[in-house]
Amino acid sequence: MTDESHDQQIPIWFFIGLTLLVYGVVIFLYGLASWSDKDKLAMAMSHVHADVWWGAGMAVLGAFYTVRFRPGKSAPGGGPA
Amino acid sequence: MTSLLAAAQGAQPLLMLKWVDMLIVILYFAIVLGIGWYLKKNVKTGDDFFVAGRKMTAWIAGLSFISANLSSLETMGWSAMAYQYGMLGAHAYLIGAIPAILFLAIVMMPFYYICKTHSVPGYLKLRYGEGARSIAGVSFSIMTVMVSGASMFAMAKILNLLLGWDMHVSIWVSSITVAIYVFLGGLISAVFNEVLQYFLIWAGSLLIPILGIIHAGGWGKMMEKVQANAAVVHPTLGNADFTSLWSNLGSFDTNPMGIDWFGMVFGLGLAVSFGYWCTDFLQVQRVMVAKDLRSAQNGTIIGAVLKMCVPLIVTIPGLLGLAVLTNPDGSTMVLVPESDPRANITHRTFNDVLPLLMGQYLGPGLLGLGVTAMIAGFMSGMAGNVSAFATVWTCDVYKPLINKKASDAHYLSMGRWSSLVGVLISIGTAYLLFLFSNILEYLQVLVFFFIVPLFGTVILGMLWKRATPAAGFWGFLTAIVFSISMWAFVHTFPDGYRPQPKVTLGRGAAVSVEKTGEGKDERIVRVVVESGEVSTLNLPQFSVQGADTELPATCPVKGGVAKTRVLAPEVTVAGKTHKFGIDGVPVLLRRGVVAKAEESVSRFAPGAFNPDHTRFVALSRKAQPMAVNMYSGWWSLVVCLLVTVLVSLFTKPKPDAELKDLVMTLTEIPREKQVPFYYRPVFWAGMVALVLVLINIIFW
Repeated sequence: MTDESHDQQIPIWFFIGLTLLVYGVVIFLYGLASWSDKDKLAMAMSHVHADVWWGAGMAVLGAFYTVRFRPGKSAPGGGPA
Repeated sequence: MTSLLAAAQGAQPLLMLKWVDMLIVILYFAIVLGIGWYLKKNVKTGDDFFVAGRKMTAWIAGLSFISANLSSLETMGWSAMAYQYGMLGAHAYLIGAIPAILFLAIVMMPFYYICKTHSVPGYLKLRYGEGARSIAGVSFSIMTVMVSGASMFAMAKILNLLLGWDMHVSIWVSSITVAIYVFLGGLISAVFNEVLQYFLIWAGSLLIPILGIIHAGGWGKMMEKVQANAAVVHPTLGNADFTSLWSNLGSFDTNPMGIDWFGMVFGLGLAVSFGYWCTDFLQVQRVMVAKDLRSAQNGTIIGAVLKMCVPLIVTIPGLLGLAVLTNPDGSTMVLVPESDPRANITHRTFNDVLPLLMGQYLGPGLLGLGVTAMIAGFMSGMAGNVSAFATVWTCDVYKPLINKKASDAHYLSMGRWSSLVGVLISIGTAYLLFLFSNILEYLQVLVFFFIVPLFGTVILGMLWKRATPAAGFWGFLTAIVFSISMWAFVHTFPDGYRPQPKVTLGRGAAVSVEKTGEGKDERIVRVVVESGEVSTLNLPQFSVQGADTELPATCPVKGGVAKTRVLAPEVTVAGKTHKFGIDGVPVLLRRGVVAKAEESVSRFAPGAFNPDHTRFVALSRKAQPMAVNMYSGWWSLVVCLLVTVLVSLFTKPKPDAELKDLVMTLTEIPREKQVPFYYRPVFWAGMVALVLVLINIIFW
C-alpha cells in the first residue's frame, strides 16, 4: 500500500487476493457438493448454479492477486502496490 | 394488502445461515483482526496513526474514500430508496455525488493538501482562526460517534430481524473488532480494511442484480414490471414515473420523490452533495493523506468512478424488488416504510428489499458472502467514523484546547485511546437508542445541520480572500442555527398532529372476516372481533357496554377523511392463527370485547411534515420529505454565504501573508506541464464528467 519507507510491508492486494481465493474455493466446493440439493434447487435461478461459477471466478481472481503481490516479490512498476 | 390473511409463525428470521455461511463470516473477522495486528509495527508516530504517514497511492486512497462511505446502511438504505422512489434513487450516485467529488479533486484538494492540515477543522483554524475550528471540531467529534452509535444500533437491529442474532452480541463483537484494528493500526489499518471490505461488498452483492435481471427477462422487461407493479406497491402515487432520472422532475407530483428539478439540482446536487463530499472529514481524510497532490486528486477521481458504479448493486436491487418480489400466491409483494404501523407485523419494510432478494437468489455459501458484505460495510463505516473521531479529537480539540505542548508519543497515545473511547461512546449511543429509538430520526438529519454550513464556510474561505475570521465564525454558526430552526418548523403543528386512526387487535383475539369477490379480487369488507382485546387510536368516542359496536371505516380529519387502519398481528380466525393488516374497513366489536381507547395529538412530530409549513421551505405543499430536506440544505447554504459575505464587509480581514497557501489567489498550485495528459487529474475529471452526462441522457 505504501512506498519507500515501508518496502517490507505486504501489499494490501495480497490480502485481498488471499481472501478472495479462500472464499472462492469454499463457495466453489460447496456449490459442487450441493449440486443436487433439493432446498437449493427450490430457489429462484438455482438452475444456473451461480455458486459454482461465481466461486470459481473469485478463486481465479484471488489466485492471480495472491501470486502477483506475494510477499518478497517487488510491486509491479507503476502499479498501485 | 395483496394476500388477505397470512399464517402467523412468530418472529422467524428472514434468512437462515448454514455452517458454510458461518465459516465465511468467522473467516472475515479473523482476517481483519490479523491485518490490524500485522500493521501495528508500522505505526510509530502521530503522523503514522492520524494520516497514515501520508504515503497512500491514488488507488488505495480512492478505494478507501468510497469504501468509508459504502456502509451496509447505505447499501440497504439506498436499495430501499430505489424501491420507494424508483430510478430517482440513482441520483444519490450521479448528480448527488459526482460533480461534488470532481470539484473536491480539482478545486479544493490543492488547498487541503498544500496547507498540510490534519483535518477539515484544521483548515478552518488556519483560514479563520480558533472560533470556527472549535465549532467544527467539537460538533464533528460529537456527531461522528453519535452517528456511529446510531449505525451500530440500526445494524444490530437488522441482523436481529434478518438472522435472529442477539443484538447485544452483534454490537459488542463488531465494535470490539473495529476498536482493536483501529487501536493497533490507526488510519492505515482502517484504510487497509476498507479496501478489503470494498472488494467483499462487491463480491457479495453483484450477483443479485445479475441473477435478478436474468430472472426478470432482461432490462426492458424489468423496467416494464417496475412501472406496472409500482401502481400496486405505491397506490397513493398515482401515475408517478418510476423509471426516469429527469423527465419526471417537471413538478412535485409527477415523480415518487415529490421533488422538482430545482430541489434536485440545487438542493441535492449543490448544497447537500458538496457539503458531504467536500467537507465531511470522514470522507476527505481518506484522500488528503495520499503520498502527493496528484495522487490525492487522482484518488478522488477514482473514487468518483467507483461511486458511479454503486447503483449496480444498490439501485438495481431496489428496482428488482418492485419487479420480481412476489407473495407465495404469486401476487406482488408490498413492502412498507419503517414508520408504517404495519411494519414488521404484517408487512416487511422497504429496508428488507435487499435481504429479501438475498434470500431469493443466494444459496448457502453465497448467502454467507452476502451477509459478510453487509457486516463488512457496517464495519468499514464505523472504522471510518472512529479513525476520523480520533484525529479530530486529538488534533483539533485536545491539542489546541487542552494540552498544547505534549510530545508526539503522547499525541499518538491519545489518538489510540481516543479511538477506543470513540467506540465506547458509540456503544453507549447504541444502548441509548434501545431506550429511545425515536432519537434515530433526529440523528439521521444531524448531518444535514452541520455539513452544508461547513461547506459554505470552507468554500468562501478558499475562493475569497476578503472573508474574515469573524465572518467565518458567524456565518457558520448562523447557518447551523437556521438549519435546525427550519427542521423544527416543518415538524411543528400549531393545530396539533393526529396520527392515522388505528385499531389493533390483541394477540389471541377471536376474529371473523367478511369478504367479497374471489381469487385475486377477494377483499375484506368487515372485521368482526368475537372476543379478546382491542386498542384504538384517534377514533371517535365509543362504548362497548351492553351491545355490539361498529368502529367506522373512516374518520373525519382536518381537510377530509382518514381511513381507519386495522392491524391484527396474531389473531385466531376459524381456529387458526393468522395475521393481517388492512385500511378502510369497519370493525365490529361483539359485546364483551375489552376495548382500550387512546387519543394522540402533538404539536411537534419529527416523523411527520406539516404541509402548511413545508410550502415555505420547499415552495410547495406537495413536496415530500426528501424534497423538504434538499430545499433545507439549499437555504442553509444560501444563509451561510449571505451572512459570511455581509459580516466580511464590516469586519477586518486577515493580512495576505497569513492567507498564503490557504486562498485561491494567494496559493501557487503546482503545474504539471511535464507529465503526459493521461496522468493529469483535469483530463480524468473531464472524462468522468462526460460519462456522467451520458448516463443522465441515456436514462433521462
